[in-house]
Amino acid sequence: MPHFPKPAAGSWTEHYPELGTAPVNYSDSIDPEHYEAEREAIFKRTWLNVGRVESVPKVGSYFTKELAAAETSLIIVRGKDKQIRAFHNVCRHRGNKLVWNDFPGEEVKGTCRQFTCKYHAWRYDLAGELTFIQQEEEFFNVDKSDYGLKSVRCEVWEGFIFVNLDPDAAPLAEYLGEMAKGLEGYPFHEMTEVYSYRAEVGSNWKLFIDAFAEFYHAPVLHQKQAVKDEADKLFSYGYEALHYKLDGPHSMISSWGGMSPPKDPSMVKPIERVLRSGLFGPWDRPDIDGLDDLPESLNPARHKAWGSDSFVLFPNFMLLIWAPGWYLTYHYWPTGVDKHVFESSLYFVPPKNARERLGHELAAVTFKEYALQDANTLEATQTMLKGRAVTDFPLNDQEILLRHLHKVARDRVEEHQSKEHQDAAAR
Amino acid sequence: MPLPAEFSDLEPYADWALPTEPERYAKRLASSMDEMQAFYDAAFSRLEDAIAHIDRHPWDDLPEDARTLMHLMQGLVMVSFPVEVWKQARVPDSGAAYLDLIVEPVV
Repeated sequence: MPHFPKPAAGSWTEHYPELGTAPVNYSDSIDPEHYEAEREAIFKRTWLNVGRVESVPKVGSYFTKELAAAETSLIIVRGKDKQIRAFHNVCRHRGNKLVWNDFPGEEVKGTCRQFTCKYHAWRYDLAGELTFIQQEEEFFNVDKSDYGLKSVRCEVWEGFIFVNLDPDAAPLAEYLGEMAKGLEGYPFHEMTEVYSYRAEVGSNWKLFIDAFAEFYHAPVLHQKQAVKDEADKLFSYGYEALHYKLDGPHSMISSWGGMSPPKDPSMVKPIERVLRSGLFGPWDRPDIDGLDDLPESLNPARHKAWGSDSFVLFPNFMLLIWAPGWYLTYHYWPTGVDKHVFESSLYFVPPKNARERLGHELAAVTFKEYALQDANTLEATQTMLKGRAVTDFPLNDQEILLRHLHKVARDRVEEHQSKEHQDAAAR
Repeated sequence: MPLPAEFSDLEPYADWALPTEPERYAKRLASSMDEMQAFYDAAFSRLEDAIAHIDRHPWDDLPEDARTLMHLMQGLVMVSFPVEVWKQARVPDSGAAYLDLIVEPVV
């Protein structure tokens, strides 16, 4: 018997009939050819979030972003006119990587007045213009204005910086669609205390999204994290979401938040009782505007027990907004068919005192304990999928976002390949 | 830096007063359960007092001894999972997985 109502179609999945209900083939997560096709069809043609405006606070602030799946590295920089721009991180002289420190593959950040190539000292200003060529007279009629840094589409939505390698892509706001529009006005800009984690994980990028786009696993995989009576209760209830929504390639899951604050303090661990915080974040909301009248995409079921909403912004950006007034981001950057770089950041309103700061600390420490269990499980999944002993898997109604993600990724690949064939035939 | 005078009972555990998460996590993995239990028992009983002490100062201008006390309490948060839940230093079922903290608001 469901605890929360489902759509009239009988299930969340059947509410979106194009998804079907059949078992899902997971060869899209192990097939090297499909991965190559995803690189072309998805990662070189879709808006990708690369960070927040707070990472480039002043003129000359920059960071680099490795996009292995799109076979490039980017420089994101705030120019003299305060505009944020993105460039391919490649010197126009002989193709050296322009901005890096000791190790070419590592991302860097800082503040500068110009970029100077460490190979032959060609210089570029913050708008990407070539300003200096060492021994310019040795070249053959080079016009510096022809050799600025190669720029990349860069747009900002609610303080989130997105890039797109496709010059013909639709504008960012149009791509993000109605569901994201319904998040506008949330006070992201107030939440500037950041904890960022990074790991390399031995699984296809979609498998980690799968793990964080459903909570059916939570009462099982993370059972030992709750006190015993609470864990037993959660296990017997299982998991049901308050609401699911699909919007184009994007999707969301809305969840209850029984632990923040807990109905019964004995449900939680001693340190949580003192610090009034835990996995769901601090129990007491920060004193800022914008948390009373939430934007319409949050808590779509308008349920009083609402705890968090997770948005999957296709392809690889997840945004989790928690009822007590903080948020979390996940990024999954493919580096191969069976590996990716996982990044997660927790964002809080800066603390005013020690109790708030320790509450944030507890939330961050707790997040890591959970995420380690999730990450490790994925390597076990990847190796078994690779064996192909079993190829098709039944996904339940609480796994609708997974069904949708894999379908969207496959559809994008097929659409792109079909267009390539048409273009080739027309030539 | 020594702890504030009224927290001298925690001096035997002062080596837990580490400013960053990677240092605290590494110390957790290198410690026995007996060591973490002893630190937890001593520090947890002073957690409310420590918060009250630190909060007597402006948050953005903590004296050095209060900062040391804050780092010690961050160490307490780090050992709370092993002591209260896992009964071991490592996260169960985490195998070779790791998650490095690369940006944090160091107090």
